[in-house]
Formats: sequence, structure tokens, C-alpha cells
Amino acid sequence: MQDSASVSASATTAVHDHHGDAHAAHNPALLHHFAEPEQQRDAASLGMWVFLATEVMFFGGLFCAYLVYRRWYFSDFAAASKSINMWLGATNTAVLICSSLTVVLAVWAAQTARRTLLIISLVLTMLLGVAFLAIKGVEYKEKFDEHHVPGASFSFDHEEIPGHPGEYANPKHAQMFFSLYFVMTGLHALHMIIGLGIFAWLLTMSWKGRFTPEWHTPVEIGGLYWHFVDIVWIYLFPLLYLIDRHK
Amino acid sequence: MSMSAIPLQIPTPPPVERENYLNKEYGVWSWLLTTDHKRIALLYLISITFFFFIGGFFALLIRLELLTPAGDLVQADTYNKLFTMHGMVMVFFFLIPSIPAVLGNFLVPLMIGAKDLAFPKINLLSWYLYIIGGVMMMHCMLTGGVDTGWTFYAPFSTSFTNTKIVEAGLAIFVAGFSSILTGLNFVVTIHRMRAPGMTWSRLPLFIWAHYATSIIQLLGTPVVAVTIVLVAAERALHLGIFDPKLGGDPLLFQHLFWFYSHPAVYIMILPSMGVITEIIACFSRKRIFGYHFVAFSSIAIAVFGFLVWAHHMFVAGISVYSALVFSFLSYAVALPSAIKVFNWTATLYKGSIRYDAPMLYAFGFLGLFTIGGLTGLFLSALGIDVHVTDTYFVVAHFHYIMVGGAVMGYLGGMHFWWPKISGRLYPEGWARLAALIVFIGFNLTFFPQFLLGYMGMPRRYYDYSHMPEFQILNVFSTAGSTVLGVGYLLPMVYFLWSMRYGRPAPDNPWKAAGLEWQTTSPPTTFNFDEEPVVTWEAYNYEEIDAPHQDAPSKEVPVAR
Repeated sequence: MQDSASVSASATTAVHDHHGDAHAAHNPALLHHFAEPEQQRDAASLGMWVFLATEVMFFGGLFCAYLVYRRWYFSDFAAASKSINMWLGATNTAVLICSSLTVVLAVWAAQTARRTLLIISLVLTMLLGVAFLAIKGVEYKEKFDEHHVPGASFSFDHEEIPGHPGEYANPKHAQMFFSLYFVMTGLHALHMIIGLGIFAWLLTMSWKGRFTPEWHTPVEIGGLYWHFVDIVWIYLFPLLYLIDRHK
Repeated sequence: MSMSAIPLQIPTPPPVERENYLNKEYGVWSWLLTTDHKRIALLYLISITFFFFIGGFFALLIRLELLTPAGDLVQADTYNKLFTMHGMVMVFFFLIPSIPAVLGNFLVPLMIGAKDLAFPKINLLSWYLYIIGGVMMMHCMLTGGVDTGWTFYAPFSTSFTNTKIVEAGLAIFVAGFSSILTGLNFVVTIHRMRAPGMTWSRLPLFIWAHYATSIIQLLGTPVVAVTIVLVAAERALHLGIFDPKLGGDPLLFQHLFWFYSHPAVYIMILPSMGVITEIIACFSRKRIFGYHFVAFSSIAIAVFGFLVWAHHMFVAGISVYSALVFSFLSYAVALPSAIKVFNWTATLYKGSIRYDAPMLYAFGFLGLFTIGGLTGLFLSALGIDVHVTDTYFVVAHFHYIMVGGAVMGYLGGMHFWWPKISGRLYPEGWARLAALIVFIGFNLTFFPQFLLGYMGMPRRYYDYSHMPEFQILNVFSTAGSTVLGVGYLLPMVYFLWSMRYGRPAPDNPWKAAGLEWQTTSPPTTFNFDEEPVVTWEAYNYEEIDAPHQDAPSKEVPVAR
């Protein structure tokens, strides 16, 4: 069990082709420092949950900044929020919710050894992820054309505050909204891109048939990560797109 | 059996050096690509020692400048950079990784009876992230440095200074992820990798302390990371998130910054408390008094530590009501800290105390941490805080915690576990001398700063020629810092010496409890020849020292 052959195997690429070794008789993916596969799986899964807790805090700082300024400059934020495209945002929400479904399907397919379904689900998830980023790109392009990107050429003059005809938003405070909008959605998009990378790797592994009902931990924890990124969007969408929309 | 009958260092070297983690493989790549937690601990040890001496060099220049009232050694701008780089290097590249990444990395798997940390490759990745961050920091320092103070306060950092904020920020961002990954590894390892029988209430308190530390690393570091992202974005893209001119709020920066950076102090001190607990139990030959209280006080410190950050902002313009709440909560942190100090003291009571070098550091820790902690209460009191904010009183206070507490624990731990790490014994006489020099040098350096601060000397001034009466205490402080420097150099010299010339260490030179002492010195790559099964409580020194029931003494016929 303590031979050095298994030392080099990593937690994620840990599949040996040599079957029949005494130490790897049951599960070639078992790493040397774990006593049994279940311990390894629990550790990987707990590791991802703990990592996601750090991610909650990472986005938490941004949400905190958002809430402070939203409270200070509510009407300016409402006006700025009205200028971003709610329907594109809503479409993206739907896209991500669908991708969560395909992720769950992928995990189920890995558990039940349905290789084709696994591959189809992973491909669909990635397509939906790419669709999300494409729509996000269209939105950014719109903002760029309207001079709503913070910086030297930012302009938000004579934009009415919703529900207050004749009153205009303070461009400085609207710029604050757009600063937060770009930082928050930008970091979210970065997480999506990382997610696509993870899923591309999962796809390669599935293609090679590496996942079995006994060992498919990467699919599970990759799926956890994807769900988390979806959930961040579920919070971003109403906070950024739906301020004061009910009026 | 009386304690004096037990020879502490059994002079019986193993006849043939058996295979261990040090001699298993040689060559640069066997180190740079290792996934062995013990080798990674040594990689960290070398790296943080390097940064310790860089930071110490800056400190020495600061002290030399303050030797005379006039600003004569360096210019004001240079001085600003000196204390900034001193703080950044010492906090982010020495103190935060010090005990967790070196002793924690080495000992957490050994103490719980595991073969390695749960994610050995992530452990190596965390060292590489630390090195990348360190190289960025070195590059930043060599090409101009930063002058904001280690706290990066906005809007000076975002809109005014022309120094290398973004690069320093990114260096700390990367090093922060190294810290997060270490914490993640520890939490998962402690949850999932314990040996059979190693229940939560049998864990050494070192492990509890590291668990609490990891929680702070995991939940605090991401917040400072995103704050740095915002500062960098604000500088690069001219956003206004923290700039009042553009509608932003500089106080928000301070809130986000201290939300991490106050708990970061507990990242430094909690592992040190864990080390001290092990040492005090071993050198008093007693079970630790109030095990569960000491264990849960670590968790309590981690939790309370997240609720006190605004005590750094009492004069920054926060509401007086919120200041009152934060003042009260800051007092509350004193409770779990005091629980620890009282329990250590109660452990010493009627113990068979030995004054070996690790124990000298532990005694030093007890006194210095208590002074540092109690002066922290002065600072949590709103009235006194207004008087001493941004004076040398604050500087002295946090050095008593971060140097007097954390570094004393680090050095004590290095001595205590050095036989296990290196397989060699360090020279005990020199080590005791060094502990004494560190203690004297430390107090000579920092105690005068309490007085200076209370008299009103502001921190971060390079020229105090309008107040020449401050000079005598500054001379004491500078003199003390050179003594302290000698005290820090000595262990490095004799540790290196002992690696070649030290006597080979037995497996358990201190007759200490704990799984790490039941394997060989130094341990093999997978730590234990067979998986240990734990059937005893932690710190079972009474059992270890008790005369064995089956000893021959029982069979001696009673003949009078």
C-alpha cells in the first residue's frame, strides 16, 4: 500500500491502468494515503464544500459593498439598473437553471454508468455555459456602446429616476452601480470560464471512460462547483437587474 | 518514579540510519516536486526564514533611523516604504504561514495518525503560490516598493500614492490563496483522516488550535482578496468604490480590510497557543488542565475574532453606538484568551517542571502574551483608545502579540519538534541562552514603546526632533532590537550546526505524549510503519510516568 507508484497519482487524475496490483485491486483510483475509497470520496467532497465556503466569503465582500451603496444611492441605482437589459438577464438565468439540470443528469449518468448520457449532459452543460457567456458579451457590448462603462468616457446624463418624473440620477452614483455591476458579473463570468475548463476536462475523462459507478468523484465535485456558480447568478440577477422593477 | 531519574536525552543513537523522509530521495526535484507534507514543511521553513530576515532587515533600519530624533538616516519617503515593507513581509510572508505552514504542515498528519494531508498536491500548490507571491513581493520591493503602510488605506492607496500598490496587492492576493489552501487541507484532514480511536476529544490541542486557525484562514482571507481586487480595479480603471470624490466610502475599505486583518492576528496567535499547550503539558508532566475549555476556547477565539474588527476604526468616523458594541465584543475576546492562560497556569501548578529551551519559550510566551492581551483591553476601551490611537502604544501592543506571542511560540515549537524534524538534538545550553536573549531583547525593544506611546509619540514618524525627550526610550528600543536580532540569529546557527554535528535524536527525547513521538525521528515518508490505533486520552503523562505495574519492582521479595 505504501509503494511509491501510487504516490504520483493526484486526487483528480488518479486512474492507474495497471489492474491487479495488490493495493489497487478494488479501486485503481484509491490514493496511497487514504484507507478506503469512501474516505477519499468524503475528503474530496468536503474539500469542495469548504472551498465553496471561501467562495461565499469572496463574493460576500462584493455583496456587502453593493448593499451599502444601494442603500445610500437607491434611486440612482434604480435608474442605472433600468438601463441594463432585464430580458437578456432573465434569459441567462433560465440558461443557467437549465445547465444545473444537465449537471445533475451528468452526475446521475456517472453513478449509473451511462457513458453516452454522461457525455451528452457534459456537452449540453458546456453549450449552455458558452451561451451564457455569449449573452453576457452582448450585454457588455450594449453597455460599452451606451458609454456606461465606468471611466473617462462614462456618461449617464439625463437619465430619469424610475417613479420620479423630472428627477435625474446622479451620474457619479450611477457609475458606482456600473462599477459594481462590472466587477460582480465579471468575477462571476471568470468563474464560469473556470467552470468550462473543469467541464472540458471532465468531458475528456468521460470520453476515455475513466468514470465508473465506484469512482466518479470529479463529476460530483465539478458539479458542486457549477451549481455554486449558478447560485451566485441567482442572487446577482435580482440584485442588479430588478431594482425597483415592480413600479 | 521521580522525574529526576529519567534521563531526558537518551544517548543511544540508532546503529544504522534507517530510511526516513529526509534520506529517501536526494536531488532538487525530489524536493521541488515532493508531495510529502514533511518535505513541504521544510520548503516552507526555508522560505519563511528568508522572508523573516528580509523583514527583520527593514525593522533594523527603522530602529536605526529612530535612534536619533532628527530624520538623518533615510528620507521621509524611504521611511514610509521601510515600515510598509516591514509590515507586509512580516505579516503576509512570515507570521501567517509561520506555524501553520511549517509546524502545522509537519505535525497535523503525524499527530492524528495519518499518512499525509488529505490533498498532498494541493499542499505543494500552496507552497508554489506562496513562492509566486513572494517573488512578486520581492520584485515590487526591489523596483520601488509601497508606502501606504501594510493596511493599504483608501483613498491614499487608490487615488494618491504612485507606488506599486497593484503589484504588492496581487502578491498578497496570491499568497492569500496559499493560506486558504493550507487551511482547506487542514480542515479536511482533521475531519476525514484521523486514525482509528482518535476521537475529537483525544486530539492534541495543537490540532484544535490549527482547526480554529484554518476556519479563519478559510472565511477571512477571501474577503481581503476581494478587497484587493477592488483596490486594484479602482486604481487601474479609475472606479470610485472607495474614493469619496466619486461617491465611494473609504470606511467601507477599512471594514472589509479589517474583517480579515483583525482575525489574521488570530491566525498568528492561535497556532502559537497550540504549540505552547503541547510544551507546557510535556514539561510539567501533567494532563492539560481543562482540556475541553482549552479546545473550545480556540474555536471561541476564532468566532469572536470575526466580530471585533471595527475596534481598529474607533477614530475613523464610525458611529459611537457601533463603536460601543465593538468595544464590548473586543472585551469578550479576552474571555477565551484568559481561559487559556488560566488553564496553562493551572497545568503548571504542582507539575514536575523542567526548564528546557522549549519551556523557556513557553514561559516567555505566557508573560508576553498576557501583557500584549491586557494592553489590548486598554485599546478596546473607547476613551483610552482615542488617547493612544496611532501611537507607539499600539505598535508595542501588537508586537507583544505578534512577536512576543506568535514568534515565541514558533521558536518554542521549533526547538520542541526539532529532534523529530531533523533527527538531531540541538545544543541545549545554547538554546537556553538564545531563549533568554530573545526574551530580554524583546522586552528591551518593545516595553519602552508602551511608554513612548503613552507619552504621545506617534507611529510612522521618522523625525521626532520637536520632541527630543523621546530619544532615551528610543535608544533603549534600538539597543534592544540588536539584542533581539542576535537572539534570532543564534537558533538559526545552531539548528544548521546540529543538522550535521548534533547528536542523533531518539524517537521520543522528551518522553512526550502524542502520536508524532511514537514514530521514528525523523519519520518515514508515510509517517507510521503501521496505522496507529489510539486507545488513550491526550496528554496521558500520568500513565507515561507511572511505574509499570508489571515492572520487576513488584516482584522484589519483601525481606527485612
